[in-house]
Amino acid sequence: MHDVMYFLQQLINGLTVGSAYALIAIGYTMVYGIIGMINFAHGEIYMIGAYVSLIVITGLAVTSPAWIPLVLLVALICAIIVSSSMGWAVERIAYRPVRGQHRLIPLISAIGMSIFLQNYVHLAQGSRNIGFPLLIEGGISLGGGEDGTFQANLSYMQLTIFIVTLICMTGLSLFISRSKTGRACRAVSQDLKMSSLLGIDTNRIITATFVIGASLAAVAGLLLGMYYGSIDPLFGFIAGLKAFTAAVLGGIGSIPGAMLGGLVLGVAESFTSGYLSSEYKDVVSFGLLILILLFRPTGLLGKPEVEKI
Amino acid sequence: MLEVRDLSMRFGGLLAVDQVSLDVGEREIVSIIGPNGAGKTTVFNCISGFYRPTGGKITFKGRPIQGKPDYKISRMGMVRTFQHVRLFSKMTVVENLLVAQHRHLNTNLFSGLVKTPDYRKREEKSLERAAYWLERVGLMEMANRDAGNLAYGQQRRLEIARCMVTEPNVLMLDEPAAGLNPNETRELNELIVSLKEDYCVSVLLIEHDMSLVMGISDRINVINQGRPLASGTPEEIRSNDDVIKAYLGEE
Repeated sequence: MHDVMYFLQQLINGLTVGSAYALIAIGYTMVYGIIGMINFAHGEIYMIGAYVSLIVITGLAVTSPAWIPLVLLVALICAIIVSSSMGWAVERIAYRPVRGQHRLIPLISAIGMSIFLQNYVHLAQGSRNIGFPLLIEGGISLGGGEDGTFQANLSYMQLTIFIVTLICMTGLSLFISRSKTGRACRAVSQDLKMSSLLGIDTNRIITATFVIGASLAAVAGLLLGMYYGSIDPLFGFIAGLKAFTAAVLGGIGSIPGAMLGGLVLGVAESFTSGYLSSEYKDVVSFGLLILILLFRPTGLLGKPEVEKI
Repeated sequence: MLEVRDLSMRFGGLLAVDQVSLDVGEREIVSIIGPNGAGKTTVFNCISGFYRPTGGKITFKGRPIQGKPDYKISRMGMVRTFQHVRLFSKMTVVENLLVAQHRHLNTNLFSGLVKTPDYRKREEKSLERAAYWLERVGLMEMANRDAGNLAYGQQRRLEIARCMVTEPNVLMLDEPAAGLNPNETRELNELIVSLKEDYCVSVLLIEHDMSLVMGISDRINVINQGRPLASGTPEEIRSNDDVIKAYLGEE
């Protein structure tokens, strides 16, 4: 019983972090799917999302628990607005002017954007850790706990992360498969030149993918910031790397791949910290990246390109 | 409709197209033929805005278009296909036709979110148009399959349908019959003639195989090694000595 509960707890923890990774990974994978490049400033956009929501939550300074859902909603909306304008700005400043140039150039300019944003937050908010209040407290016991055995818990915070992620993913899937803009997104990701020839405004579609990715990253910023309980200006760097790993793991360019990759990575990390040592969790996730790149470079859901000769 | 005067295209030291002129009038099928490497596709790329020509003038509907970006030219009503099929292969057949009408839907985010009656009406209309063209090219049963799973000949027809839903004035087809069997080629030729007869579209056609275009073209332009060799009606071309020489070699 002890082992089962412990296992269950690790699984829940892993899926929680993993679904947030998946939200960030979608931003990487969508941008890659459309312009074939990695948005290296994406982690910073996520970090800014976390900061903005923290600023809103502290600013509103609400103590009555009845108001908490509203506060969270306002924080979420503000974070999405600020982060998606950042996503828009990154595309306009770091990508569009150098599109069509050598691939290294937008890569460098995006890294420049990332350094700029990181240091801007350093200056504006200080480089210390800032505590993030846990507004959603409590949880459900899933069993165990008698005679000192391990008790598995599903906290309401974790439940919120699952539900919000699920809503975002469903919304995104519907948007991509049903809406007119989503249809255009798929067309542009398959053949940008042809889409432009058929009269699709490809610039608008490219901007849209940056903005959508940034909004999802903002949602993840709020959720993970609160889950971890503290944020700092480097908060986006490691999460960005992890989400990038998740995107590659699932098959970069594929949205279901990013979702799966995030969950796999989250669970792998959680089991490593649960059964081995939390010191090893980054070793395992980046080791996984190396293995995938060596043996299945197209990722779990990516289809290998067959070149016809 | 379309006028090309003294079009030249130079790539470094290579003069790929040298002083080519051609005209496409309303409801006309005009062909460009020539041996491999004659510069036919380069002419196409210049007209459709893929390349910025180094010399000459291109006028479409009375407006100069040389050097304009490709999407602006296609929005003016001149669309093209490529030698290789370029469908959105991971989208369904009907989606391929709907996405081509993206511009006609011309909506903002707001009307798309709340689905205003006007938006619905336009969406219905684009679906109707897609259905019409699916019927017309005989792909109705395939509407919900992925375009990549169609047979090659069907993909070719879908490409033409995708151009037609944008309601062009001039359709540019780059070797549409490449890789088709004789039966499919005949069907394709009938389709092209019907586009002209029934839908008032002018067609500019590149073909490698001379016998194919003889039957359907109103006028033919022959180019060889980037230079215009002859132009005229199919009969004139058939009896032109220069053309025979270029195709069969000197005696």
